[in-house]
Formats: sequence, structure tokens, C-alpha cells
Amino acid sequence: MQRYLLSRAVQSVLLLLGVIVLVFFLVRLTGDPARLMAPREASAQDIAELRALMGYDRPLPVQFADFFSGAIRGDFGNSVHYRAPAMALVVTRLPATVELALSALLFAVLVGVPLGVIGGSNPGSIWDSLARGVGLIGQTVPNFWIALIFILVFSVNLGWLPSFGRGHWNSIVLPAVSLGLFPLGQIVRLMRSAVLEIRGEDYIRTAYSKGINDRRIYVAHVFRNAAIPLVSMLGVQFGYLLGGSIYIETIFAWPGLGRMIAESVAARDFPLVQAVAVFTSLVVVAMNLLTDVAYALIDPRIRYDK
Amino acid sequence: MTSEQPQPASGPDLSPSADPLLEDERGRVRRALSYGAKLLLRDKGGMIGLSLFMVVVFAAIFAPYIALHNPLQQDLTRSRQPPAWRDGGSWEYPLGTDSLGRDMFSRIVYGSRVSLTVGFLGVAIALSIGLVLGLVAGFAGGRVDNVIMGGANLFLAVPYLLIVVVVAAVVGRSLVNVVLIFGITDAPLFVRITRGEVLRIRNSGYVESAVAIGAGRARILFDHILPNLVGPLITVATFEMSAMIFYEAGLGFLGLSVPPTIPSWGNMLAAGRQYLASTPWVATYPGFAIIFTALGMNLFGDWLRDVLDPRLRRKGR
Repeated sequence: MQRYLLSRAVQSVLLLLGVIVLVFFLVRLTGDPARLMAPREASAQDIAELRALMGYDRPLPVQFADFFSGAIRGDFGNSVHYRAPAMALVVTRLPATVELALSALLFAVLVGVPLGVIGGSNPGSIWDSLARGVGLIGQTVPNFWIALIFILVFSVNLGWLPSFGRGHWNSIVLPAVSLGLFPLGQIVRLMRSAVLEIRGEDYIRTAYSKGINDRRIYVAHVFRNAAIPLVSMLGVQFGYLLGGSIYIETIFAWPGLGRMIAESVAARDFPLVQAVAVFTSLVVVAMNLLTDVAYALIDPRIRYDK
Repeated sequence: MTSEQPQPASGPDLSPSADPLLEDERGRVRRALSYGAKLLLRDKGGMIGLSLFMVVVFAAIFAPYIALHNPLQQDLTRSRQPPAWRDGGSWEYPLGTDSLGRDMFSRIVYGSRVSLTVGFLGVAIALSIGLVLGLVAGFAGGRVDNVIMGGANLFLAVPYLLIVVVVAAVVGRSLVNVVLIFGITDAPLFVRITRGEVLRIRNSGYVESAVAIGAGRARILFDHILPNLVGPLITVATFEMSAMIFYEAGLGFLGLSVPPTIPSWGNMLAAGRQYLASTPWVATYPGFAIIFTALGMNLFGDWLRDVLDPRLRRKGR
């Protein structure tokens, strides 16, 4: 298992180096980032000055070497908009986003796991229909739309919950539920089908034939096996949550990374865009690595295989 | 559940087609199709999904005949007129008007064109790239496989929406750009699925048997691997299409999709957001169109997966 984890760790580092390369070239897709960053009314001379100021006039390999050596130290230069080190800005925004993402995930797990398990254990029942319905809603309702509906219903019409900001304890409810809707649907679907499938396995029949009672079978066999795909899905969902936070944080004026992405992209603040992109990828890659570790701990088949 | 042809309820079926070894290719396709039709008729969700989806396709194709007004025609005297069933609404503008007095219904009808174009073409590009690279990676193995999968995993490591948003901001707003962005950034997913299936099928007993009787690479590719790839790829394509329609609307919401002159659901949502409290229909109705489309494709996709994935079929889900 140590060898497996070591090779996964090496892969993750290589992946992150690749992400740095990717991010460098993404911003240069059109060839001239200075033209994109300059205001529309800027003259050719203004653009040339900006190009020189940002160092975009140097040969590409030089720019790359400079960017790469900075990036691996976490130095992405200064944000054009905030006139402050980009990475420091990103780090100050991180807690708000983590708070939002974890709340959304918590909501999705707390509602999704029981609903999926109950639905899967009683196929055809009303709980099963509910589980399938929630699964479908999660996949078909865009989070930016449901966020607007929530604001309309709970903030504008009922006045129960705040529609923006991150001040009061209840200001996280609407953003977290909007963001958690998609993972909720995924988790319900996954748990339902996992439980349905596991119930038909030979080892469950064997357990029943040995006279083990229902509760023990569910705890020792069904849950434990259903937890394997769940863990790997949670890792994947975390990446989705960071992406989905772009809309949700913009709508609810939540002061996190997602809103910073939307703002920096709109302002063509490329140093900041690059810092956010590399940093969120770092978080996602780290989460995937942790997921694999958890996976190996839960499932002995993986632990002993490699 | 009743079978179509009257057959003895019990006892072995002695007709020649019952023997899988004697069954020819045409018979297999015909049986698959008739099985599919039967499943579609039996499965309410699949039928509903297909119907919803067909409504959207119909709206996109015949938009000029369905729309009541020119979707771009402004009339500031009719700014944010309520839908027909509310006070102050009229059936001339059944879903009301937006802030520039343009007919919401006509704009939603025309908006389906953007969504479906992005969904269809985006998935077609992603699928084509993914199929070719996935086959190459799965067949070649070794260094080629490492390079292709390294690239695919790289794209999959960055949050998808982040790549899309950054690229969209860099390349600028146009329909072609949006289609290309989704087509290229979604390809790694198809690469991964294709490669995984190729490896799985290559290691299967029936391919081993085919190799043992002397089948060449081409025969294994066309007779065994490609037919088995159709199911998983079409199923994923359906869900990805629905996802792309989401993402396109999301990009529009951030002001990064097609230019504001083209009516699209995302652009409409974005434009209506500031009037959410006073005239909610401007922002919320385009969302119903998105949900309608996504619901159709997801229900249809679920059904498609049941039909095309024989492993699930055998379990009698």
C-alpha cells in the first residue's frame, strides 16, 4: 500500500506541474494577453506599454521560465486590479469558499445518504420514488437558477433568510443548499443504486442464510460496501463545488474564491486568474489524493492489491 | 409483461434464432431495435424524456414559425410586461416581455437553437476527439498511452468550469468559440471512458477467443471493440449534452457565452437577474426551458443506458 500511495503522490505532483504549464498557455491562447487586458479605448501605444510592464514582450521561453519558477514558489505576481500579490489574495478568500463548499457537501451527504439508502432498500416504495425524484431534480435544475428562486421565495417574499453576504449565521443557508443540490442528486442516485446492487450480491444471501439479522447485515455489509463509491464521489464532487461556487458566490455576494474568479475574469486580471486556477487545482488534486488514501483504507481489496 | 409473439409458455425454444452462435448480424440488430422499442413503450420515463426532448428539437428547427414576434424586436413602451395570466398581461405576449420590451416566449423559443447547437456540436466534437485518442491510447499502450492519458488527466484535474470560464474570457464571445470550448474541454472525459472500455474489452474472454482463432487487430477493433463502445459512449454523450446546455447557460449567466444580441437562455437569465424582485419572470422563465430540456435528456439518457448497457439489462434493474 505504501508503494501505491507513493506513486499516487508522485503522480499528483506531476499533475500540478502540468496544471501550471496549462494555465500559462491558456491565458496566451490568442497570442497577446496585453490586448485583452487593456481597456477597449486603449491606443496601440498604451497596449505596448502594458505589454512591456507585464513582461509579455519578452520571448515566450523566458516568460515561461519566469512564470514557472514563480508559480512553484506560489508567486504569480501582483493582481492588476487589487495591486497586491495574487496568491495572498487567493489565500484570504479561501476560508469563505471552504466553508461554503463543506456546508454544501454536508447538506448533500446528510440528506442524500439516508434518502438513497432508504430508497434503495425499499424499491418501489414511496421513499424510493422520492429518492429518484430528488436524484432527477439535482441533475436537471441549474444551481444558478435555483439560487434565484430561493432568493425570490425565502428572501424577497418570505423575508426569512438573507440574500447576500457572509455576516450572519443564517446567511450560508441559501448558498449552501443551492450549491449542494447537484451533489445531493448525485449522492442519492449513487447510494440508491449501490444499495440495490449490493442487496443482490452473493455475500448478502450468505449472510442471511447464516441467520445474521437485518441490522448487522446493513451495517457490516451493505453500508460498508456502499461507502466505497461514495468516498470516491465525494472527492470528485469537491472539484465540482469549487467550480459551481463561481455562480453561487456571484449571486449571493459570498466573498470567496468563486466570486474572485468571476471578478478577475471579467476584469481580465490574468495574474489573479492564474493564481486562482493553480490554487484550486492544487486543492482538487490534494482532495483526489486524500480520496485515494481513504479508498485504500476502506477497501482491503485495494489495500492488498497493489 | 407480455411477449409480442404467441409462444409456448414453457419448454426450450427450438427456433434457429435462439442459438446465439447461429444468429446473424442483421437478426441481432433487428432484435436489439425491437427490444429497444418495446422497452421504450414500457418505460414511461424514457417516453416522457424523448417527447420533451423532441419538443425542444421541434422548437429549435421551426422557431420562425412558432415565435410570435421577432425575438430581437424592442419596444420600450412594453418593457417588462407581465405574463398573460397576471394583471396587465396580454396573450399577445404570453410569457411577458423583458426589460427592452422583447417577447419572452419568442426569445425562449429561439434560445433553444443556441442550447441545442452547443449541446449537439460540442458533444460531437468531444466524442470524436475522445474516441480517436481513447482508441489509440487503449490499443497502443506504453508511452503513447501515458502521454494521452497524462494530458486527459491534466484537464480533468482542473475544475471544469474554471477552464471553461478562463478560456471563454480569453477567446471572446461567439457561438463558434463556445462550441469549440465545450468540444475540446469535454474530450478528456470521452478519452478516459473509451480507453477504459477498450482495455476492459481487450482483456475479455471473447476477445481472447477471437485472438486464439487468429483474428487480426482490425477485426477485433470493428467486430468486438467498436460495437461494445457504442452503448457507454452514447449514454455518456446524452448526459454530457445536457451538462453542456447547463454550462452554456451558466457561461451566458456570467456574460461569457454567445454575444448578447443572440437570444440564449443564459443571456436571458443574466439580463433578468437585476429585476428579480420586481418582475421575476424575466429571469426565471428561461430557467424552466433549461429544466425542461435537461429533464428530457436525463430521462431519455437513463432509459438509453438501460437498453444499451447489457450488464444492467441482465440484472433486470
